[in-house]
Amino acid sequence: MSSNLLVVEDLTVTVAQKEIVSAANLEIPFLSVTALVGGSGSGKTTMGLAVLKLLPLGFNVRQGRIWFDGREVLDLSEDRMRLLRGKEIGMVFQEPLYAFNPVFSIGDQIAEVLRAHTPLNLRQRRARILELLNLVGLPNPQRAAGNYPHQLSGGMRQRAMIAQAIAAGPKLLIADEPTSNLDVTLQAKIMELFRKLKDELKLSILLITHDLGMVAHMADRVAVMTGGKIVEQGMTKDVLKDPRHPYTRTLMETIEV
Amino acid sequence: MTKNAEHLSEFQIALRGFTQNRLAVSCAYVLLVLYAGALLAGFFAPYSFQDEDRNYSYAPPTQVKIFDNGRFVAPYVPGMKLTFDEYNARIYVIDPVQKYSIRFFVPGDTYRLFGVFPCRHHLFSVDSPGRIYLLGADARGRDVFSRLLYGAQVSLSIGLIGVFISFAIGLLVGGISGYYGGRLDNFLMRLCEMVMMVPGFYLLLALRAAVPDNFNSLQVYFAIIIILSFIGWAGLARIIRGMCLSLREREYVLAAKGLGLSDIKIIVRHILPHTLSYSIFAVMLSIPGYILGESGLSLIGLGIQDPYASWGNMLSDAMSIVRIKFAPWILWPAFCIFLTVACFNVIGDALRDCLDPMLKSEGENT
Repeated sequence: MSSNLLVVEDLTVTVAQKEIVSAANLEIPFLSVTALVGGSGSGKTTMGLAVLKLLPLGFNVRQGRIWFDGREVLDLSEDRMRLLRGKEIGMVFQEPLYAFNPVFSIGDQIAEVLRAHTPLNLRQRRARILELLNLVGLPNPQRAAGNYPHQLSGGMRQRAMIAQAIAAGPKLLIADEPTSNLDVTLQAKIMELFRKLKDELKLSILLITHDLGMVAHMADRVAVMTGGKIVEQGMTKDVLKDPRHPYTRTLMETIEV
Repeated sequence: MTKNAEHLSEFQIALRGFTQNRLAVSCAYVLLVLYAGALLAGFFAPYSFQDEDRNYSYAPPTQVKIFDNGRFVAPYVPGMKLTFDEYNARIYVIDPVQKYSIRFFVPGDTYRLFGVFPCRHHLFSVDSPGRIYLLGADARGRDVFSRLLYGAQVSLSIGLIGVFISFAIGLLVGGISGYYGGRLDNFLMRLCEMVMMVPGFYLLLALRAAVPDNFNSLQVYFAIIIILSFIGWAGLARIIRGMCLSLREREYVLAAKGLGLSDIKIIVRHILPHTLSYSIFAVMLSIPGYILGESGLSLIGLGIQDPYASWGNMLSDAMSIVRIKFAPWILWPAFCIFLTVACFNVIGDALRDCLDPMLKSEGENT
């Protein structure tokens, strides 16, 4: 227990009696990259949202526990959750074009996180925003901060989104299909960025993806999910070398082509 | 100043569309003139709103003359003599002997410019004892032109302040209702319906009746604003709520939650700004309601009280057909109300056209 940042125990999420996630167990050790792999509709995004208690209306957690850094997340009040979200757990969404509010500039939206979670004043916030945008590898931080989301390219937007997610210095970063909408070269660059941030900022990362190829490059641990169940979990190289579950094998066949 | 099209903000594009609508732009100028008149009423008006001279009751508009026996002279107004015809009706005849020059930037009654700076100078006036009535005089010999300007201060500002308050309430209630949904939504929407259920003007009268009679004019002014805003917010709240129901499902709202922002911040910063294009023209289209509401109340004597001027209470003089026949210039406030309301409506329509691209393309296709 002590070596894990996040532990999900026996989590079941239902929508109108249908189990979206059934009795799932997941462990994320400190300073690791854990991949949650599965096809569309396997419940992996629901798992990610459940950790932040951001499940959409109609989704119910029927049973289970979620321990984050020694705290039981599901018992926390909404006020306490707000301190957790953004500050201790950052989230990177699949399509940053939609995850950014189109009417505010990138800088504004990062500033918002800093205002909510840090005591920085206006000048310090500005400096911090530039520092963050620089850290995620945006070529011209000054300009990017003043840009609106639609003015940036897909890759730059994703970097900006990551900058926003790490702005308040979270311990865990949940990345939900962070590269699915990017082309292959950009995917590799964003993955590189994740790895760099993990080392520099002492992050743990939960990488939600359907791309086993990426998992092989990135993740220390992998959990394979299908039909709401986690069917296989372990160190990446072990799982990939010797997949136990038929679904894992199916997934592996898809990348070997 | 050539700007790349791609760098135009949505607002700039909308503004460009608006400026292409000539009618709307001219209406905007008309409103600008009216509001400037209201703001600088003390300066433009030759007399104060309560400066009366009973010798000039229902005096017709003064003729400004610039020719004297065929010679071009500085503008002056002729004196007027009051006589009565066989039915004892007042008849004003020009007295060619008396001439009063019009003077510009002359000191007169003190007033407060913008309501702050004490000031004595007026744009124009005539030598006493002559009086100038550009738009005629009312029953007590007060200058209709001056009173129109002072009345505009009340009538035009009530629209703006009222709309501001009721939109603040409407946006907040609609935002909260749409964002949280569930029971709170149900409760707030039923509340809106209750407010909307009562016909506006009767509710206005009922609420006015609840306000003490002994209020001074300023208190009455604010009471009217509050009453009008109280009626106006419900319709907006319902529409905003509907928009919020869909806006809250946007991914950036989820993202904002994921970043740990508080609900009220999410509503105010991430949901309500997206209702802005609707709100802007809704504001324009609902201002006339406030102006008409105030005029209606003042007309029947429940609003601004004499001697203070508002367009509504100036019109109460015009409720008799006989007076309109002999002194049609007391209808000027009605014309001003009509002009203002029409302008706001035209501008509101134009804004809707340029802020709502879908609606516009529909109109162009047909």
